[in-house]
Amino acid sequence: MDDLIADFVAECREMLESLGGEIVAWEANPDDRSRLDSIFRFVHTVKGNCGFFDFPRLEALSHAAEDALADCRSGRRVPDGALVSAVLAIIDRIGEMIAAIDAGEELPSGDDSGLIDALAPGAEGAAAPAVATVVADNGAKGSNATPRTIRLSVELLDRVMSGVSDMVLARNELARRLREAPGEVEVGGAFERLSGIIAEMRDAITRTRMQRIENLFVALPRMVRDLSSELGKQVLVDIDGGDVELDREMIEMIRDPLTHIIRNAVDHGIEPPADRLKAGKREIGLLSVSARQSGNQILIEIADDGKGIDGSKLVEKALANGVIERDVAQRLSKGEQLALIFEAGLSTAKEVTAISGRGVGMDVVRSNVERIGGVVEVDSLPGKGTRMTLRVPLTLTIIPALTVSIGKQHFAIPRSAIEEIVRANGASVTLETIGGAGVATIRGRRVPEVALADVLGLPNTMSDDERTLVVLRPSGGDVYALAVDRIHDHEELVVKPAAPAVMATGLYAGTTLADDGSPILLFDPAGLAQVGGVRLETLERGGRAAEAPAAANSNEIPVLLFRGLDGARRALRLGVVDRIEEVEAKDAIRHSAGQLRVQLGDAILPLAGVDQPDALEGKVRVFRLNDGSHEIGYAFREVIDLKSLDRDVIPADAPGDVGGVTLIEGEPAELIDAHWIFAEYLGVAATRPAAQLVCRLPENDAWMQNMLRPIIEAAGYLVIGEKDELSADITIVSQDREIAAEQGGRVLRLATDPDAADGLDSVYRYDRTGLLIALKAASAGRR
Amino acid sequence: MNELLLIVSIAGSRVAMPAAAVESVVELDTLIPVPRAPAHLAGLSALRSRVLTVIDCQRSLELGATDLSDGNIHEAAVVELDGHNYALTVDAVEDVVEALSEPAAIRAAMGEGWERVSLGMVETEEGPLLLVDVAALIAGPGAEARAA
Repeated sequence: MDDLIADFVAECREMLESLGGEIVAWEANPDDRSRLDSIFRFVHTVKGNCGFFDFPRLEALSHAAEDALADCRSGRRVPDGALVSAVLAIIDRIGEMIAAIDAGEELPSGDDSGLIDALAPGAEGAAAPAVATVVADNGAKGSNATPRTIRLSVELLDRVMSGVSDMVLARNELARRLREAPGEVEVGGAFERLSGIIAEMRDAITRTRMQRIENLFVALPRMVRDLSSELGKQVLVDIDGGDVELDREMIEMIRDPLTHIIRNAVDHGIEPPADRLKAGKREIGLLSVSARQSGNQILIEIADDGKGIDGSKLVEKALANGVIERDVAQRLSKGEQLALIFEAGLSTAKEVTAISGRGVGMDVVRSNVERIGGVVEVDSLPGKGTRMTLRVPLTLTIIPALTVSIGKQHFAIPRSAIEEIVRANGASVTLETIGGAGVATIRGRRVPEVALADVLGLPNTMSDDERTLVVLRPSGGDVYALAVDRIHDHEELVVKPAAPAVMATGLYAGTTLADDGSPILLFDPAGLAQVGGVRLETLERGGRAAEAPAAANSNEIPVLLFRGLDGARRALRLGVVDRIEEVEAKDAIRHSAGQLRVQLGDAILPLAGVDQPDALEGKVRVFRLNDGSHEIGYAFREVIDLKSLDRDVIPADAPGDVGGVTLIEGEPAELIDAHWIFAEYLGVAATRPAAQLVCRLPENDAWMQNMLRPIIEAAGYLVIGEKDELSADITIVSQDREIAAEQGGRVLRLATDPDAADGLDSVYRYDRTGLLIALKAASAGRR
Repeated sequence: MNELLLIVSIAGSRVAMPAAAVESVVELDTLIPVPRAPAHLAGLSALRSRVLTVIDCQRSLELGATDLSDGNIHEAAVVELDGHNYALTVDAVEDVVEALSEPAAIRAAMGEGWERVSLGMVETEEGPLLLVDVAALIAGPGAEARAA
């Protein structure tokens, strides 16, 4: 019986954990059947088991919740905030009871009737107004099938893991012995089988230590919901990157800091709805939590759009509390001012609330994060919001790496930093020494070259030409080529931190064990470059990087590299691109009023970038270019990448839409001359007098007045009636009506039958594109 | 119960280490050098599935160097410090004895290297021995210069 109860408790716990997020998501979208189902399944399971185990209170609770949810399922009742809160309260109570059962205690005494009553339709009481909603990136998937799991201590896992590692070593030893003294074929076969099984086990056991960060994120929506309803705020949580994998232990270590930062953001960052409206923001605050892998670090960002942190207030507070001296305070940069938030005993909140603001916290957050070798950074704009970034090392996580060697010694390079691998004696590569510094030219691109042997101070046994170049791009840095003697294999390595003295060299990111059991050092690509003397722009900015604006280097202009419709590689300065849109060629692109135009939403824009308008078909992507007052469309095939323009531009001979040619990523690209395009395609419209455009509509035609008029007015026209004396730019009438006299401007006839329209002077009356193009053409015709 | 001490010999001298700090005594296998690391850091070795950072105690004390590539068997004491495993190369591991006194300051002048790693002198059945500070041994020469 005890075993059965233990199973029941474990099962309930698993379900409870995954349920927290589900129920809030269900509240945000009460029609979401799959979430309703999974919550229903939980209470149903509890109810079923309770009857069997004789827990009457649990049974009554789950039964009541099941009934209410069953009503929702059958459509007899619409779930609302009150119901969700009541169900949440019941699930919480069930959780408490299960914890008590697990601990072998008596069930806590108490009366559940209040909770059960709160479920009734229209009930008040425990139910707080629901204010938090959630957008989870796994929205549709849901997690209805909870896998069967058991709980293990990490210690045991570690023991199993090191046991398996030892087994691998023993296998390798045995393999060597077998090779030295060849035995019978059967022995070899059996060994192969054993070997395969061990490899499989190793894979599985390594994976047991990894956990998706989702497990940490899944509780956040519920937490934010509870917090925000307590504080009377409205917060939308946006969670991203839940599939990033992190070491189990690491997840536990960042749980508290993350929780604390989020509590702070909701409590101090995001303002009450009234204040937000006053500040011209949306009533609902946005809290986004995202995780991603960057090089050998995991980045977790928590950003809110609240009131931000006032650096000078922090300084005042720090002075008042004696955290810093006055002369120091005056020299602090903005970033350093903000960093004061991590000092012990500082809190900018005027009032201490129950949630946070007791002045303990951010310092604990920092020390906890630093203990696992991580960094926490803060960036904030007063009035705009705060962004906290947790950088946690990837150590103890598995990273894909390339093994290389110098002489007889093997090293590993994280694969994420590798751009490409080329042979030094290959046709597309030349090596030169300029003033003692190595420069490799790879397909026309010049990159600094460093011989690994020199960096490491190892004897040079190979001539440069025989080496292999590994082109590296450290996270946030520039490319360089590393010359190694040989490259070996791609491997997945479990990286562990190396001893401090090893890390102090700045060259290594950690150590790992190769399959044969010998240690391998994992390089830190940025460190290698630094020791090797390669100047990396971003590294030079160093510790004060956050202070320098991103575009400080005016020589580097960000450009969007893309392929035009004709297949040519082109680049466009990023600044002029508003956004990218996709349109159906046959519906939205037309030739009218002397040029090709594209309809984007309610706007008709001149379209550039098309050589053969007839060849357009299917979906066409269009850049929306903006010069500040006018817009132009530019059709293209695909975006290649976002790059920066750092080389000279060879100007084109004659002015045209291509202003010049430059090298981007070692290949030529045509640079679009945005000025020429605007001048050419917009010349007429741009100089158009700002006089009011006038459109004449029949007054007594209800359809035109009610349905057409708003569209025409939205297009910038003043609408007049048949009797008005103003001269109209365009007159719109129905197909079957005759116009008495020439009233000025173009005449557009609307046909009620699509077949009767000729697309020029008459348009089918629900052909919105046709209408808009005709209106545009009339305005262009005015000159 | 008195503290147990492991008697080892380093650079020809018999010294004591706190036995509790020493996890095991191993014979060093293959050694992977760490380029650009401090000189007393002889390299990395693997003990089953753990990585050991091998410290050449002679170099750490600036009393010469241990030739670890001569093919002979080298003994090393495995200790753990701040979550990292280290192997301290020793000439020989001799015995485990009980400490008969608390460490006392040594007033005689010692070699500079010994001075740095000394925790004082302890009495044992085998006479007075120098108790070495494992952490200082690992930090090696130059640690103070870096800290300063």
